Amino acid sequence: MADSGQLAKFGMTDLEVFQALDRLNVRDVDYADLYFESRVSESVSMEEGIVKRAAKSVSQGVGVRATAGEKTGFAYSDELTRKDLEIAADTARYIANSPKGDRSLPVPTQRRPTRDLYPVERAKAEVATADRVALLNAIDAEARRYDPRITNVLASFNTEYKVVAVATSDGTLIGDVQPLSRLQVTCIAEENGNRQVGSFGGGGRVGFEFYQEENRFLSYAREAAREAILNLSAVDAPAGVMPVVLGGGWPGILLHEAIGHGLESDFNRKKTSAFSNLIGKRVASDVCTIVDDGTLPFRRGSLNMDDEGTPTGRTVLIEKGILRGYITDKLNARLMGIPLTGNGRRESYQSIVLPRMTNTFMLAGESDPGDILKSVKRGLYAVSFGGGQVDITSGKFVFSASEAYLIEDGKITKPVKGATLIGNGPEILTKVSMVGHDLKLDNGIGTCGKDGQSVPVGVGLPTIKIDEITVGGTQR
Amino acid sequence: MKNVPQQTDGYAQLAADVLARAKQCGATEADIVVADGETFSVQVRVGVVDRLSKAREKRLGLRVFVGKRSATTSTSDFSIDSLHRLVDETCTLAKAVVPDEVSGLPEASQMATDWPDLDLYDSTRLGTDQQIDLAKRAESAALSADPRMTNSEGGDFDSSSGRVVLANSHGFVGEYRSSSFSISVSPIATDAATGGMQRDAWYEVQRKFNRMASPESIGQEAARRTLRRLGARKVSTKRVPVIFDQDTAGSLLGNLCSAISGYSLYKRASFLLDQLGNRIASEHLTIYDDGRMDGGLGSRPFDGEGLATRKNTIVERGVLKSYLLDSYSGRKLGLPSTGNASRSVGESPSVGPTNFYLVPGTKTVQEMIGSVKEGLYVTELIGFGINMVTGDYSRGACGFWIENGELAYPVEEITIAGNLKQMFTDIETVGNDLVFRSRVASPTLKLGELMVAGN
Repeated sequence: MADSGQLAKFGMTDLEVFQALDRLNVRDVDYADLYFESRVSESVSMEEGIVKRAAKSVSQGVGVRATAGEKTGFAYSDELTRKDLEIAADTARYIANSPKGDRSLPVPTQRRPTRDLYPVERAKAEVATADRVALLNAIDAEARRYDPRITNVLASFNTEYKVVAVATSDGTLIGDVQPLSRLQVTCIAEENGNRQVGSFGGGGRVGFEFYQEENRFLSYAREAAREAILNLSAVDAPAGVMPVVLGGGWPGILLHEAIGHGLESDFNRKKTSAFSNLIGKRVASDVCTIVDDGTLPFRRGSLNMDDEGTPTGRTVLIEKGILRGYITDKLNARLMGIPLTGNGRRESYQSIVLPRMTNTFMLAGESDPGDILKSVKRGLYAVSFGGGQVDITSGKFVFSASEAYLIEDGKITKPVKGATLIGNGPEILTKVSMVGHDLKLDNGIGTCGKDGQSVPVGVGLPTIKIDEITVGGTQR
Repeated sequence: MKNVPQQTDGYAQLAADVLARAKQCGATEADIVVADGETFSVQVRVGVVDRLSKAREKRLGLRVFVGKRSATTSTSDFSIDSLHRLVDETCTLAKAVVPDEVSGLPEASQMATDWPDLDLYDSTRLGTDQQIDLAKRAESAALSADPRMTNSEGGDFDSSSGRVVLANSHGFVGEYRSSSFSISVSPIATDAATGGMQRDAWYEVQRKFNRMASPESIGQEAARRTLRRLGARKVSTKRVPVIFDQDTAGSLLGNLCSAISGYSLYKRASFLLDQLGNRIASEHLTIYDDGRMDGGLGSRPFDGEGLATRKNTIVERGVLKSYLLDSYSGRKLGLPSTGNASRSVGESPSVGPTNFYLVPGTKTVQEMIGSVKEGLYVTELIGFGINMVTGDYSRGACGFWIENGELAYPVEEITIAGNLKQMFTDIETVGNDLVFRSRVASPTLKLGELMVAGN
């Protein structure tokens, strides 16, 4: 066994890790892995014009997992000693409850990811607190300069630097370094007792210089201020079924909620998804092709490898309207006999692996965005959203607009207040009649929640027209 | 200090060491939180163990003040070298931020000096097989309730127990233990005619194992709630009276709770600014926040800054009597803390409810539904369509359509929309069915009218 750079960071030797895997090698265990993680998170935040808070957190631990058929046994520890690994291994193998296996384990082979999608040096990931404070101060000034009606600016800058190593019973020992950062700005505008809010943010697996390129951080401040000021004149949103045009980028959250979760393989193996048994069937109009792609450089949802050590890839979910595939982790790919797509993800060493999205987006179509708007007599044009949610089983999903306009006779007219849009996942994309040629990815702010675990994700969308969807406003 | 339990494994000494080191590094004040505990969780799906997990964990959070500057850090590494490094880094970090005139610990004279045992801890230890069996029994009761119960997202049993130690440079040291046990079931029913599936769920959480309802009763209730959703359809868009069941009414109450949090208020990010002493809700609403309920899911003897918890009147017959405050947000608003500091290890205090509940009325759910000619009974809300600055509210919903005082059929793929300020004023009836299933609890509520969007 070669000396391991991957494990040395965690104070473990290859032999100790191999012995722990071997302890999991009982007859009925199909697969086992150890996931070592060290994470340093830092944040600074500002409100009322002063950078009041700075925080840093350091965590380190190991998650130990064994799977047997459909069963998963799991334990974790924040102590990294041989004894703790043994205790965790004994807990994890409890589900198999069988004698020592006959097979001998392959000796793990040291590997490194074959590419580096986010080459951010440690030195660059660690930014002096003074520089982060200066960044937030400049944001405050820029937002207030944008319009005197901006009365408060809340901004935060978060960075995370994560080092992971995965050792598996199928003979892999592989590590990755995963930087992540995000800058978020919220502005509150007030005018004659009317108070409104606007937000903007961005980031990715990028270094500090990303925010400084072409003064990107200042553009975030202006965008948040613009949305807050715009909302001062927003009228009540309409209620009922109508055509909706979604702008490019972050409105791709539609795809994430309406179809993405429904195509995660765990739900489909268990046949609890509204998309169960629909492979090869039409679930969208023929202008829709949708992929999940974890290989885009520097994106928030990208990974060199997933949390089981599988390289991420590009998976076609829907091709010209036909459902082509699910996203998988090792457990579900094995049980369903379908390809492994590199989507096994976990929030931390304290959580189990689940099939999760990376960057999910619709490919560009052929329509001109201007023509799409012109085609709508009366409807809604939504360009920015808050969160969304889906009921996998019934297929019903929601997502909430935070910046939207009325379309009247093909023209954008008044801004409207936020409203929730609701639809049915397996149906909604069959109502997409036009897809623009202007694909945009979001700015890097998405966090997806599933089973209480949060992971960073991305979405993307060209301008699209949905012929009908229910808009949850207050006006007839 | 009276009634402070003896430390058994040195966390008080560890806290004292860290606080002393912080002082050496130039900290003028500091506090430290140590939390440790163990968790067990099992999920059974269609009768077979799907996942089982077990862990022990510990974490330490440190907050230092250097004059009026402060910073917060946390770690799971308790070795003395590593902790000393953490203290040094925290002090360095604090020196890099801007002074905040109102920052600091609470006054020394305000610290809790003694506290009752609130019955939050149960020493019962269940065997692994026993916990698996409880999850199996709950799921099995759901799946065997009716032939239309076809599948399941699982039956879960979770248990945890842990301890929190809080100490600060005023000499305060407090510790308490707590535990929790929960069972939940999420079964799926299929409509044989259409193939359409519906999922619902039921759960129970208790601090004491012997207070748990039987797993069978939880499974049966989960099945009843799932079956009644089969055949759900959309309705046409219209304004109608809306009844919120206990859980969805609890979520409305949670929205009120966020709006009166000191942090939302001083940031002017709440729809209830400057309303103390004003009528903000219908006169049928009286709300308490009680941190000292025996065995309560939100009970704690002292808050996240070491101040005594208590019972606060929040709303009395529709009039807002108190915000929820910790020392910092209180100082920003010129008011004393209400003992509502909540603290996650590694973060500065924030504000949270303890046991926040709406006093029940006299009407039964049946009477409330019976009073509606045409309207909506909401049993689930999804999405995040709430603007806390304006109170604008628009969420996905499902539930039942009410016709002539009776539940006529299940509905889905609809939204309800209004404004929270108006919605609290429009509460016409408060039900008699208050049950503490989470730290924010409400009886069934009936609202005058909301816009329901569907077809």
